[in-house]
Amino acid sequence: MIRRIPFRFDGREYRGHERDTLSSALLANGVRIVGRSFKYHRPRGIFGYGADEPNALFQLGDEPNCRGGLTPLTAGLDARGQNAWPSVGFDLGAVAGLAAPLLPAGFYYKTFMAPRRLWPLYEGLIRRAAGLGRAPRAPDPHRYDTRHAHVEVLVVGGGPAGIAAAMAAAAPGRRVMLVDDGARLGLMAGDPDARIGGQPAADWLAAREAELAAMPDVTLLRRATAYAVSDSGRVDVIQHLDGGGARQCRWVLHAGRIILATGAQERPLVFADNDRPGVMLASAARAYATRHAALPGRRAVIFTGDDGAYGTALALQAAGVEIEAVVDPRPHAGPLAEAARTAGIRCLPGQVVVKALGARGVKGCLARPIEGGAMRRLNADTLLVSGGFTPNLQLFTQAGGRTGFDEGSGAFLPVAGSTAVECVGGCAGAVSLAEALAHSLPPDAMPAVEEAIPAPPSTLSVMPKPRGLRGKRFIDLHNDVTVEDLNLAVREGFGHIEQVKRYTTLGMGTDQGRTSGLIGAGHAAGQMGRALADVGVTRPRPPVSPVTFGALAGGHVGPNMAPSRVTPIQPWHDANGARMAQVGSWRRPQLYPRAHETDQQAIDREVLNTRTAVGIVDVSTLGKFDLRGRDVPELLNRVYVNAWSNLPVGRCRYGVMLREDGMVLDDGTTSRLGENHYVMTVTTGNAERVQAHLDRLLQLAWPELDVRLTPVTEQWAAIGIAGPRAREVLAALAEFDVSDAALPYMALAQGQVVGIPARVFRISFSGERAYEVNVPAQHGQALWEAAMAAGAQHGIMPYGTEAMLTMRAEKGFFMPGFEADGRTTLDDLGLGRMMSRKKGCVGQAALRRPAFAAPDRKQMVGLLTLDAAQPMPRGAQIVADGPSIGHITAGLYSATLERWIALALVEGGRARMGETLTATAPMAGQSVPVRVVDPVFLDPEGERLRG
Amino acid sequence: MLIPCPHCGPRAAEEFEYGGDASAPPTIPTEATPEQAHAALHLRANPRGPHRELWYHAAGCRQWFTARRDTLTHRFLAEAP
Amino acid sequence: MDIFDPVTAFSFLNLARNALTGHRNWARMWRSPPPQPAYDVVLVGGGGHGLATAYYLAKLHGIRRAAVLEKSWLGGGNTGRNTTMVRSNYLLRPNAMFYEHSLKLWEGLSGELNYNVMFSQRGCITLAHTQSDLTGLMRRGNAMRLNGIDAELLDREALARRLPALDLSPTARLPVLGGLEQPRAGTARHDAVAWGYARAADAMGVDIIQNCEVTGIRREGGRVTGVETTLGFIAAPKVGLCVAGSSGLLGAMAGLRLPIETHVLQAMVSEPVKPVLDAVVASGALHFYASQSDKGELVMGGDIDGHNSYAQRGSPVPLDHAVESCLALFPAFSRLRQLRSWGGLMDMTMDGSPIIAKTPVEGLYLNGGWCYGGFKATPAGGWCFAHTIARDEPHALNAPFSLDRFATGALIDERGAGATPWLH
Repeated sequence: MIRRIPFRFDGREYRGHERDTLSSALLANGVRIVGRSFKYHRPRGIFGYGADEPNALFQLGDEPNCRGGLTPLTAGLDARGQNAWPSVGFDLGAVAGLAAPLLPAGFYYKTFMAPRRLWPLYEGLIRRAAGLGRAPRAPDPHRYDTRHAHVEVLVVGGGPAGIAAAMAAAAPGRRVMLVDDGARLGLMAGDPDARIGGQPAADWLAAREAELAAMPDVTLLRRATAYAVSDSGRVDVIQHLDGGGARQCRWVLHAGRIILATGAQERPLVFADNDRPGVMLASAARAYATRHAALPGRRAVIFTGDDGAYGTALALQAAGVEIEAVVDPRPHAGPLAEAARTAGIRCLPGQVVVKALGARGVKGCLARPIEGGAMRRLNADTLLVSGGFTPNLQLFTQAGGRTGFDEGSGAFLPVAGSTAVECVGGCAGAVSLAEALAHSLPPDAMPAVEEAIPAPPSTLSVMPKPRGLRGKRFIDLHNDVTVEDLNLAVREGFGHIEQVKRYTTLGMGTDQGRTSGLIGAGHAAGQMGRALADVGVTRPRPPVSPVTFGALAGGHVGPNMAPSRVTPIQPWHDANGARMAQVGSWRRPQLYPRAHETDQQAIDREVLNTRTAVGIVDVSTLGKFDLRGRDVPELLNRVYVNAWSNLPVGRCRYGVMLREDGMVLDDGTTSRLGENHYVMTVTTGNAERVQAHLDRLLQLAWPELDVRLTPVTEQWAAIGIAGPRAREVLAALAEFDVSDAALPYMALAQGQVVGIPARVFRISFSGERAYEVNVPAQHGQALWEAAMAAGAQHGIMPYGTEAMLTMRAEKGFFMPGFEADGRTTLDDLGLGRMMSRKKGCVGQAALRRPAFAAPDRKQMVGLLTLDAAQPMPRGAQIVADGPSIGHITAGLYSATLERWIALALVEGGRARMGETLTATAPMAGQSVPVRVVDPVFLDPEGERLRG
Repeated sequence: MLIPCPHCGPRAAEEFEYGGDASAPPTIPTEATPEQAHAALHLRANPRGPHRELWYHAAGCRQWFTARRDTLTHRFLAEAP
Repeated sequence: MDIFDPVTAFSFLNLARNALTGHRNWARMWRSPPPQPAYDVVLVGGGGHGLATAYYLAKLHGIRRAAVLEKSWLGGGNTGRNTTMVRSNYLLRPNAMFYEHSLKLWEGLSGELNYNVMFSQRGCITLAHTQSDLTGLMRRGNAMRLNGIDAELLDREALARRLPALDLSPTARLPVLGGLEQPRAGTARHDAVAWGYARAADAMGVDIIQNCEVTGIRREGGRVTGVETTLGFIAAPKVGLCVAGSSGLLGAMAGLRLPIETHVLQAMVSEPVKPVLDAVVASGALHFYASQSDKGELVMGGDIDGHNSYAQRGSPVPLDHAVESCLALFPAFSRLRQLRSWGGLMDMTMDGSPIIAKTPVEGLYLNGGWCYGGFKATPAGGWCFAHTIARDEPHALNAPFSLDRFATGALIDERGAGATPWLH
């Protein structure tokens, strides 16, 4: 046979076939040692076929822990074995095997404690020895897609039971989806000569699958693994894609009905040295042989407690493997065993394998009668095991399904009706094709099925260890958990199977115990002297098999990790050198630095220019709500601390809102545009929160109020023009009177501005004469450019958030998120006098709790460094003489005042005016004396505002 | 999880904000005593089983509504009369 | 039995000696006695907090006639479901002092319990993505220093050295501007904490009773007289509740309505890989945290699902966000795989801080409301709770964590989120 596809494993060149997986190609090339075990670094070979694989985990370039059976062979594939140095063939880590007697389950809990200072050293060694592959270092070159779909019926599993379920569900107009991971081991575990409807079973199923594929309302999702079920019938699926597009697609499905046809997992059998390379699951060996023409070896012993493996013996014999013997603990097996005998295969009923021979690969095994007696040596290079089948119920239990123990099969089966999710076929306990089909197909649709019906399986899993025989008996190959480890856990008093799992790490490997869980639980139950039905098995957690992070993140990576909002004036900011920063969900200009300017110089220039000439700022991000209705003033009265009943049309007013618990929520202005028409502005970062707050109050608390609230943040661009020359600039733009008489402080005007319908509010956050011009969003940039042009002769300059924050601090205006940090009250901010005595508001009642009257509450104050040029330490705490009594909320250089200033929250701050305290930043080693002053540093009378 | 918005039908939970115990008063009256304010703010129903709770379809119709949901199964239940 | 008995103590010497006999002679770690009719103190809940309380009651307060009742198995609740982080990097002084006391107990815990809880002080680094984040971290670090807690500011160069996989490109969607490290913070082996305390408490005579569910709290004249259980009535003049997500249910048995809501929080691990992340990393803005376990798995968590829940499972969405956050910080981890995820029940209080306190019912004490922070608090939670029960008054460390602070308004709201537990 020609091996066409070249690939490498641990530096050596091999060739494989087009339909090979990495595992099948290595098997076909006779590679035996493919990895090293997790704890003892024992040599390991290919053991399973798919997600159950404990040993054949590879480093593929930068990607660790790739299961060989799930990795399609591609030209130039460069695989390396893991957990070994220098190579899996010769691994220095194997000295761990010599120390094995000192490493029982949980050994690390009992030692490495003294002396304490050495623990980090021990831990470093443990960490380096643990882990599997190397984490990627380079960025992932792949792309991952996400798709959503809703279906009436979802069938998980494309084996005989799944195909039958999809056939039964399919009907015109009914969306049916069949998700299939391509493993289809169901057919690899039974009668190789089974026939359905007169055809070989595989042919019949292929024909039905083709029929389903042709139906318009049926979707077949191939190479797709359903890995999680959650509320409302949501099923998450990963589909592996080929070709040049995305590498994987994650499907988020919502299904009206979920039918699981997830089959059953073959269990291994446990005996001394049952982990040697060459020991393999029988159904896996058969799949490699029949699907990939990759033979597991030349001569095999098959050790089985289940009839299916006799089928495997026949199939392998037909493929050219010599069968040394089939060893079976049962005295009698079913018709497949007869067929094997007829085909000349030596069968050894009532016997068990007690030890595998050969260190770096199987050379044979020792078998003996189950009740004891002389051991016989069987010679083989391959030892295939089958300990019966465990239904794959991970998705079923995720959906809240309960299971019950079935004595006949020795496994847990789904309890029908315990969840809405249904099970059919092998996962529901079917042991024959006919049974699997009949779970879904009505009698009149059932085809004729010819197959050998198996005899009941053996429930024996762990073989005795005859006296004098050495060798570890592995229950869990993933984590090197042995029979002795479980015995120790039970001996030390771990009486619950979940505790045994945590103490020994049983079932905590990358297959989450799908091969070992039942065996381990059964053995632990025996040690506890209790029934397995009573002890139960550990609960598998989502996902059913590991899912690539990239697929979970989908498109939410890089710049698209989270949405970023920009204002309509963003192109201008970008073209004019703005330094942008993310503020919540928005991107905003921080400053507009010029060549050779430091950041501080740029901020100082922007501030001074606004204070002495005119500045322009993009405030489109401010939250804006349109309010209409007769009862708007009543709403405002109830949500703001101050009174609103008498606001005339054409005027604006400042207000503060509280949360229900009394803490300050937000501040801003609300303006009356018409008789029953208002517009409210809120802080950029609080828009969503205030909207939810107002919606809740209007809809739930006061449905009687005639108020309609519409968020219009993104409908309006907003530009602030501030500074002593702001009016001149506005006058050049506006097509209406903007004199102080027509448009005084806290008034608004509506009209055309450079031909655009606009609202102009004379409000200020800088302390200067300022106008906020709102225009429909699409005109934002045109207005900005017009203002820049008109303002040129007045020295207009844009300013960013840094200058804005500086100017607000100079004025002592508090900001949500800084001074109003969710723990401060109106009174803490020095605004207690704003609270109207004539009416109540949201949050007022909660403030009557005694703690809010305490004299040592943190209050907002201003701070000055004693030396004007001395910077305020960043992030400083305030101390008097002892622990912290407060902290700086904003410390910055004021170019206007030519000195450093700060706003701070200080315990009993208002009673400390004139005191000298210390602003301290121990991490930076800075401590600076500061004087407590009024927080309004500039123009306390507001003369600049009014002009 | 899909949440049955009474106005939009079942929609993904990501579109909603949670509002907690629906039996808490929607706002605390100004005249409430400190003790009443404390109870309204802090002492919420926390049952293991059916729970009447508020949801806000923030990224949809912007309506607050009450739903009954089993906190043990996450299943939405028909609103009790 | 004495956990420090030279013959039976856990040590390398005894491990080697037992190796000679195939480890067949190790004793049970704790007895499994039937309940006695009466105890001086009954603790409800066999997680870390209940077991630690039992240990400190016996060790420091001489109360050995005590029982821990667990409805299922020891450590099966949040003790075994957390992301194992231990830190004391808090801004507010009551939190800082309490968690720092806990951290100091952690530092000596393996030796104290003769049980290696694998406390790994690899440092906890909180990242800043904006200048105001960074100022906030400085403020917090400076507060920590003033409270006697270790804190270091890391600039981008230092972060590049400490976290080689971190994306430090300035154009990242969430650029990293700096970080605050608490070097003494880290992780511990969560199950071992429960087992270590159980073994040590048992050795001093405390009865640890599993599969014993409390079904009622019996009171006479306003004070506790004992608990009804699935194994019958057990009398005790003092009953302590350490039941995390079930606090509300147990409180209701004593007629108490608590300022607690039960929510589900999920966490996950990746497949194990060789060492690649040598510190606990957290981002406040992303509400994300990750570390690498000794076994090699990346352990990650995110936000609560955000609605009342008693189901120990949640929606895939919060975990997706955690993965997105992980990849935003560490893009190269894109090809690691999620191996296992799980959910636990958080007892979320209305201010985000715990309650370790007496209750209005005489003889009934509450240790709960741990929100996200219960695991790291295990030693100090038990230490303070034992003090509160034994002396019938709180220690100075837990006095601020009273039950009546909600009524008085003396809240400890680290995030300033107010009475909305799903936002803490």
